[in-house]
Amino acid sequence: MKVVVSVLFLLFSGLAAAAPPALDEAQTHRYHQLIDQVRCLVCQNRTIAESDAPLAADLRDIIGRQIAAGRSNDEIKNYLVQRYGEWVLYKPRFSAATWILWLGPAALLLAALVSAILLWRRTGRRAEPPAPDEDSLARILDDERRS
Amino acid sequence: MRLSFVLPALVVVVLIGLLGYGLTRNPSELPSALLDQPAPAFSVARLEAPDQLITQEAFAGRVAVFNVWASWCVACRAEHALIEELAERGEVAVYGLNYKDDRTTAMQWLDRYGDPFVASAFDPRGQVGIDYGVAAVPETFIIDAEGIIRFKQVGPVDRETLEQRLLPLVAQLKEEAA
Amino acid sequence: MIVELGHFALVLALCLSLVQAIVPMLGYRTGRTDLMGMAMPAASGQFVFLALAFAALGWAFLQNDFSVAYVAANSNTELPWYYRLAAIWGAHEGSLLLWVTMLAGWSLAVAAFSRSLPTDVAACVLAVMGMVSVGFLLFTLGTSNPFERLFPAAAEGRDLNPLLQDPGLIIHPPLLYMGYVGFAVAFAFAITALITGRVDSAWTRWTRPWTTAAWAFLTIGITLGSWWAYNELGWGGWWFWDPVENASFMPWLVGTALIHSLAVTEKRGIFQSWTVLLAISAFALSLLGTFLVRSGVLVSVHAFATDPARGIYILLFFAIVVGGSLLLYAARAPKLARGDTPVKALSREGLLLLNNLFLVVSAAAVLLGTLYPLVADALGLGRISVGPPYFNTVFVPLTVPLVILCGFGGAMAWKRTRWQVLRDRLWLPALAATVAGVGLSWVTLGTGGVVATAGCMVGFWAIATAMEELWYRRRTSWSRGVLGMTMAHAGVGVMVIGITLVTAFGLDRDASLAVGESKTMAGYQFTFEGTEEQSGPNYVAQVGHVAISDGDGNAIATVHPEKRRYPTRGNVMTESGVHSNLFRDLYVSLGEPLQQGGWSLRLFYRPFVLWIWLGGLLMMLGGILATTDPRYRRLRQRERQRADSHAVAAGA
Repeated sequence: MKVVVSVLFLLFSGLAAAAPPALDEAQTHRYHQLIDQVRCLVCQNRTIAESDAPLAADLRDIIGRQIAAGRSNDEIKNYLVQRYGEWVLYKPRFSAATWILWLGPAALLLAALVSAILLWRRTGRRAEPPAPDEDSLARILDDERRS
Repeated sequence: MRLSFVLPALVVVVLIGLLGYGLTRNPSELPSALLDQPAPAFSVARLEAPDQLITQEAFAGRVAVFNVWASWCVACRAEHALIEELAERGEVAVYGLNYKDDRTTAMQWLDRYGDPFVASAFDPRGQVGIDYGVAAVPETFIIDAEGIIRFKQVGPVDRETLEQRLLPLVAQLKEEAA
Repeated sequence: MIVELGHFALVLALCLSLVQAIVPMLGYRTGRTDLMGMAMPAASGQFVFLALAFAALGWAFLQNDFSVAYVAANSNTELPWYYRLAAIWGAHEGSLLLWVTMLAGWSLAVAAFSRSLPTDVAACVLAVMGMVSVGFLLFTLGTSNPFERLFPAAAEGRDLNPLLQDPGLIIHPPLLYMGYVGFAVAFAFAITALITGRVDSAWTRWTRPWTTAAWAFLTIGITLGSWWAYNELGWGGWWFWDPVENASFMPWLVGTALIHSLAVTEKRGIFQSWTVLLAISAFALSLLGTFLVRSGVLVSVHAFATDPARGIYILLFFAIVVGGSLLLYAARAPKLARGDTPVKALSREGLLLLNNLFLVVSAAAVLLGTLYPLVADALGLGRISVGPPYFNTVFVPLTVPLVILCGFGGAMAWKRTRWQVLRDRLWLPALAATVAGVGLSWVTLGTGGVVATAGCMVGFWAIATAMEELWYRRRTSWSRGVLGMTMAHAGVGVMVIGITLVTAFGLDRDASLAVGESKTMAGYQFTFEGTEEQSGPNYVAQVGHVAISDGDGNAIATVHPEKRRYPTRGNVMTESGVHSNLFRDLYVSLGEPLQQGGWSLRLFYRPFVLWIWLGGLLMMLGGILATTDPRYRRLRQRERQRADSHAVAAGA
């Protein structure tokens, strides 16, 4: 894949800074990752990556600059949250307020799998007729399908 | 009756409660992350006097209203009369943050509609705005004598907000300071 | 006058829906077949009146009758006639009318095919559908009457929301609603099962084709919605995890689980109460979706204009319908659950059990993510956002096992399967999937990435196993059921490949180009040739010309992204310019004008994006094939005879 190194900022807002800092490949990747996670505050329900709003352009610009300045993802997120609240992050951080959100699906899946295993164990114990050989099995299968 | 058969009904009862609660809320209304935080520091030129700096120190030691406005903002014009009224009452010092604007146009706007501000900070690139978590202009902050943000209004101030929230809070904060 | 007739027809439809809801149920209670027999004429009459009401509203739109508030708000004399017709369902009131009209259509279809159902079952099913209809008609007439007059009449309409002026709007909502509403049939059958206490294989055979048909509609409705959003919203995305999208996706997930559990209940006589619960849940989630879209509790890109009174009404209706059903379930379902037929892990029922668990957990995860902002707010934990990064993180690990499982579907026999059988049948598809997956993501696209390769392998696994199933059955004739299943499973594979590749290799760039300048991305050169102004029927557009050529300078196409301004509402809409083929889309949208005719452009390279919607199309076709399997008709006739002789015996 051709690596396109430069990140372009939306110059059309007319408010973005004069020269966007050049980012290397890893930084570009981080940049795209971050702008896909930040909510455009003045839009209905969009990320700043998707939005044409001037504020979204400003935030993209700030994120690009902070990456270029060597700030970590966490630092950048902190910067945004300090100003706009957790609301600005589309991927909520794991915290006392969000553990149900993050662990809920896994816990549900675990509970579901446990109940499936219990069902197999409960019903599988009982005597079963010996397994039919393969040919008759295929026949049974076909019969069932045709019926 | 086994729990597993009743569980779905229980889940739905909780769900209905939640949705009912949701109906009483406006999802786009957001509390400011800066509430009860010190007003962010800034140091920019004054709109009226490009050679003078204004900083958050301007608010120090008294209750202040910090109103974010711009000449391109239609809603700002709608609230402007009330901001002027607030300033004229003399209860509180009203400062402006001129957000993402052009200096000449902004000055013309103040000439035309009146200038209620002790001073306006000039923020053509919206840097100060971002530090104050400004999303949509106009916004209005109330900062107490200790320099702590105590209230934030997103969107234009209307008569009700002015009478019911801004003025009582200003009075209360002045008492606290005294 | 015609508008008043439409309104009157709506009122008559409400009366008939009351008859349909009450009389057959009384008949069932008292055992009077004459009362039960009222269900069919009531359902037919209701449909006729709703069709009349619908036609009246359509007439008002075609005639530009701006004395009707709904028409004045959503149409305009300059709007082309086809958009005026589509505007019927372009906003809340009219789309609700579409909802009830379709519900009546499904009722009519059930009534028409109910000759093969025992009279008491048909009466119960239609009565339950009548009750749902009563609720929605009361809602329409009480809070959202599309026939309300505007006085004085408006001189000109305020135009249809420009976002909706797209061919997608004409077909997407009707198909989506057909799916949503179609689950009302499965729901009615489930309630009937709880009332009559019978969930036998006959019941599942009646329920299966209806459920599969509704599922097929929902599938294509969602697919078209995704395609529409991709083309219309102008930022190259095809799924946004917006609350409104999730609202349609949750019933789809549960509906998919229902289709599979119905198969188990039919073939093995187990999971009865689970199947009934799924049928109730699928419809409950459809109603929940209606609530979320129309009440304004969540922030969404495309929610309807909201009104708290409507929210309260739908919530109340939801509470009565779903709460009532689940109470009935709690009371009656324990009696349905019959003998514990063994479920082996290595059997088709074992496989489908896993399938159901993953699907339901996926649906629960989507529900949790969608409603969590509300939960956090209610618990005083602050305002948070839950968006695409969360859903992708949680959803992908749940779906991958599901797609892998789907590959075992054909080879796994009911009751018990031996490892050897699976091994003998599936080694070749597994090998083929590995080769094709590695080949596609490494060789064709020039780079790998473990995730992309794995995603392609999983996708090809679903396709290869589906083909193996057909090969394995080459000597027996392929029933439509088997064909439908394999086609739908292959569709899943095609979709997975599309999603994987567009996610892994999709590119987008912003470029500010003066006229004549070009920008290279993904080996394609995009040359901006300027814009010109064109006027459409009700808008003025800046039409851009962007020539695309390949690396060697050979011209591929010129695309024409537009920026349209609709003066009536003052909206500016972006129309993307797309050059599409089976392997990639080249997608351009206009940003903002710059000095001297230059523009900022957004360029997108979307490899294999078409496969996502092709996959959805295959799934729908599979559903239709399975629905029309003649065995349902045959079996229904057999049941009918049995039921009749049963009725005669009971009567004697």
